[in-house]
Amino acid sequence: MDKHPHDDNNPEANKSSEGIPAPEGAADLIDTDYVIGQDNITASPMGINLDLHGKVFTISSIVILFFVVIALALQDQIEPIFNVGFSFLTVNMAWFFLLAANIFVILSIVLIFTPLGKVRIGGAEAKPDFSYLGWFSMLFAAGMGIGLMYFGVSEPMDHFQSALGGIATENGARTDWSPLGAAEGNEQAAIALGMAATIFHWGLHPWAIYAVVALALALFSFNKGLPLTMRSIFYPVLGERVWGWPGHVIDILAVFATLFGLATSLGLGAQQATSGLNDLFGIPDTNTTMVLLIMGITVVAMGSIFLGVDKGVQQLSKLNMGLAFLLLLFVIIVGPTLMIATGFFQNLMSYLVNLPGLSNPFGREDANFSQGWTAFYWAWWISWSPFVGMFIARVSRGRTVREFLIAVLLVPSLVSVLWMTSFGTAGIQQFLAGTFEGDADALFIMLGGLPLTEITSFIAIVLVMVFFITSSDSGSLVIDSITAGGKVDAPKPQRLFWAIIEGAIAIALLLGGGLAALQTAVITTGLPFTLVLLVACYAIVKGLMSEPRAV
Amino acid sequence: MFSKIMVPIDLAHIEVIEPSLAAVADLARHYDAEVCYVGVTSSTPSSVARTPEEFQKKLEAFAQQRAQVHGQPVSAQTVHSADPVANLDDLLIQAIKDVGADLVVMPTHPPKHLDVIMSSHGGKIATHTDVSVFLVRPKPD
Repeated sequence: MDKHPHDDNNPEANKSSEGIPAPEGAADLIDTDYVIGQDNITASPMGINLDLHGKVFTISSIVILFFVVIALALQDQIEPIFNVGFSFLTVNMAWFFLLAANIFVILSIVLIFTPLGKVRIGGAEAKPDFSYLGWFSMLFAAGMGIGLMYFGVSEPMDHFQSALGGIATENGARTDWSPLGAAEGNEQAAIALGMAATIFHWGLHPWAIYAVVALALALFSFNKGLPLTMRSIFYPVLGERVWGWPGHVIDILAVFATLFGLATSLGLGAQQATSGLNDLFGIPDTNTTMVLLIMGITVVAMGSIFLGVDKGVQQLSKLNMGLAFLLLLFVIIVGPTLMIATGFFQNLMSYLVNLPGLSNPFGREDANFSQGWTAFYWAWWISWSPFVGMFIARVSRGRTVREFLIAVLLVPSLVSVLWMTSFGTAGIQQFLAGTFEGDADALFIMLGGLPLTEITSFIAIVLVMVFFITSSDSGSLVIDSITAGGKVDAPKPQRLFWAIIEGAIAIALLLGGGLAALQTAVITTGLPFTLVLLVACYAIVKGLMSEPRAV
Repeated sequence: MFSKIMVPIDLAHIEVIEPSLAAVADLARHYDAEVCYVGVTSSTPSSVARTPEEFQKKLEAFAQQRAQVHGQPVSAQTVHSADPVANLDDLLIQAIKDVGADLVVMPTHPPKHLDVIMSSHGGKIATHTDVSVFLVRPKPD
């Protein structure tokens, strides 16, 4: 695992393609005998070419099929098992999730200010593949998308109400779900605390989690010449063994987390879109509608996959950025403008003031909040990180580490503050005025309390659907690349295959009712991935130290 | 009649383009034309090369090797993309303009039903460029 320029010291490594000599240059590639795609199987059934990693593809397909069947057939038996596992994780391992997430945030912020931030992803000469707008839109759509739509109104409202309710205890243990010390009866303080808690869950920490995975992958792929799959992060630790079973297991776990994370998120999106369509057009809020919606959206997603990253995901992400911006602007202007404007800075301050308390891993008084909300969220973001991280990595070539971290960490966090402030404040104001009822389709209720409901609700539904499409699209790209042994130029039909599988799993779980059990299972993968991320931190520092600095 | 022939090269599947390379050599000698070999690769590491720079070196070496065969001047041009599979046609069409070629020679497969949804690269390029395109099909067995 020693690194030195990939020169002619090792003639064996240069025989990757017959008769064509490898370059002699100053690229600081990791010296490995592994040739990308060497373990792949190629076939062309019915004229369709395939190029897949034999073990990763086969085993992950079988495991996925097995889990879907089990989740559907034995959901009554399996759900308690997952629930026990999950509450064990969030109760006993909450400190670990909180501590690890803090490490990611600190590392990311420190890297911005050190000379290591000057390293350019893809080498000093690399040029970015995408414009700032296209790049940022893709990061954002992949990272949060549907979640912001789903939780934008409901989460600030939840924390606000529980904070307003104050502390409740039973047998010396707190039974309320309020963050920190609550703010009983004090509306202003409850708003500040509720917003701080929401922003905490959607701010620096989730984006630091993504940034760590994405930066590690980008570095080891573009700068070190390893394939774009999760296992490459482990090279500094495992060395050549990453090409064997330890690597297969890591990749299979990544496929698993990505696929089920996507399927559950697609289920969430379908539910929200259906409830929106019901509010707006009176379309029945039934399983049939959801299934048709998932099928329709999957077909559109396949069209987008077919067009590729530049003409598919990138364009849709830009469209969504535009629509989301319009919706945000509308809520700010038509909603309580002044409160949102002042709230932005107040909430930002409140976030920063409460950050040490909220992120403290040890000796927490507010166990319900820190375990039930924060640890849950961290496990959720972490289980999403292979997918989002890999996608971000793929589109980030040519950026410096500093540029990358500012764009992946600071800018999205600020956007989250603005988004949550606008939607949360608008919702809370309606609640205080006594005009807000309901919780599940909170977004549409809040929009219903503003003028032009038909138009804004329609835009919101389109937004949910397009975020759905971009998730399905980028997810298929990621899973395809992992199951093709890190090849991003494997035949296109494989990507379409994964999009269909994602839709099919989402439908099966929605109808069979296994969605909740699997959601729990996915979050359970958060624990092993937290270890993966800690390794990634080590790998990033080690990898960056050996890079030439860009100008 | 032709002064610069562009030849798209897939270094990962060199056997596929073997037959068209012979045609390229004959055409280049006949018209006394320069041959520009163009390779499209992913910006992430691929099975051929671990960086676009390494790919360019390999492509240049390949071009020189071909120059030994046909004796005409050669050049090599690497085009890299985040998503080379989806963008291949557009990248090649752009490359035709960039290198200033007046003839493109590339292999293709015989027409098949699948072409309706996923058209062949050669067919797509021929319909989207002004220059002449020579598609070399494999000999029927």
